[in-house]
Amino acid sequence: MSDAPLTKDPAESAPLAEDLVVLESVNKHFGALHVLQDINLTIKRGEVVVVIGPSGSGKSTLCRAINRLETIDGGSITIDEKPLPEEGRELARLRADVGMVFQSFNLFAHKTVLQNVTLGPVKVRGISKEEAETKARALLDRVGVGNQADKYPAQLSGGQQQRVAIARALAMEPKVMLFDEPTSALDPEMINEVLEVMQQLAREGMTMVVVTHEMGFARSAANRVVFMADGRIVEEAEPHQFFDNPRSDRAKDFLSKILQH
Amino acid sequence: MFDFLDLEQYDLFGAFWTTVQLTVYSAIGSLIWGTLLAAMRVSPVPIMRAFGTAYVNLLRNTPLTLVIVACSQGLYFTMGVSMGASGSENIAFRLAVLGFIIYTSTFVCEALRSGINTVPVGQAEAARALGLSFSQVLRLVVLPQAFRAVVAPLANVLIALTKNTTVAATIGVAEAALLMRDMIEREAQLIPIAAVFAFGFIVLTLPTGLLLGWVSKRVAVKR
Repeated sequence: MSDAPLTKDPAESAPLAEDLVVLESVNKHFGALHVLQDINLTIKRGEVVVVIGPSGSGKSTLCRAINRLETIDGGSITIDEKPLPEEGRELARLRADVGMVFQSFNLFAHKTVLQNVTLGPVKVRGISKEEAETKARALLDRVGVGNQADKYPAQLSGGQQQRVAIARALAMEPKVMLFDEPTSALDPEMINEVLEVMQQLAREGMTMVVVTHEMGFARSAANRVVFMADGRIVEEAEPHQFFDNPRSDRAKDFLSKILQH
Repeated sequence: MFDFLDLEQYDLFGAFWTTVQLTVYSAIGSLIWGTLLAAMRVSPVPIMRAFGTAYVNLLRNTPLTLVIVACSQGLYFTMGVSMGASGSENIAFRLAVLGFIIYTSTFVCEALRSGINTVPVGQAEAARALGLSFSQVLRLVVLPQAFRAVVAPLANVLIALTKNTTVAATIGVAEAALLMRDMIEREAQLIPIAAVFAFGFIVLTLPTGLLLGWVSKRVAVKR
């Protein structure tokens, strides 16, 4: 993995709004289950927010709601001052600016690694195939899978697939990247290669929302930790404060269970 | 024993050639219309879903003979639709192709729909997350994988279609079954005649099945 930047210099564009993603009293139900309860969360440009919490606390749903893969019942979500539109062309345009990395990689199985990365830029952004391939190869080199460009996803290890998935999202030059438990489906020895890429992204100033169980990553890369339980945001704090000195009992209980071993 | 096979009198190869033409045109049409039907059945627009579902359930459960006769009697004799053809033989041929497309597309649609179910939901989500539109997600990500998964079931549909083309005899298309009926009327050797035509269909369908079976393995998506 080279140290070349994964993204464009964020300073090159005109004055930008400080708050990139704003969630205001967001509510969602799955039948009788109230999975998101009055969620208020603001993510600033360049900020890395790590969302942690027990299973079923609604953190994945929160992450997926930000690009409307999950619809919400109430409240509002705005990205770069634009409210999330209804399903359709507007929403597609907005999603193009929001990169997403999934737990199960979700690479397109019938396309090569290179085609996976160029599909979005060519079909959504409308840039030429040659240009897209040059950029894709550069991105694949940077996440350390440049030599796998012509293989199919099934021929790659989980860690390699996830790094391709990150390159695929980055190829769209997104304003914000969403990571929905990106390392949860990986063998332990492959987790680090993915986390390293994410660390590098964070250092370069990418705005990131990361749902994860990797406490080491939360400690070292996050600007802010959001702790969720039972559909609510229970605690928000800087990582060292949250891990060393959690305020809520729920967070103390959670941390005691995961940090003991 | 096969002395009835007077190729001067009976145009056996011509008849089977018509069968092949009926099959090929109908297959192409059914693939296109069947794909559109499948797209409607998975689309987010309720009225398209309703149309797709109603169409498939209605036509799939209608006897093929009825569909073909309806095309001939209803479209041509009642409404004068000749589909740009002239001469009764040509008109019957085109109407038969239309009938086969209307009918066979329902089976193509359902085979494809089962193929769509083999594509993990996450792939469509990833495609949407990139900013692709519904039709792009379908065309670029879902359908290419769905087709690869259903080559073998589609071979079944194609083989059934090949044999179903014999129904075109009911509206006077000069394909294999019509010739067979003609020969049975004039010749005494019933069983050899039937054997010749059965063999003719095996020659058409067996290689189709083998070829598509091989293709199915070649194009399978590794997961």
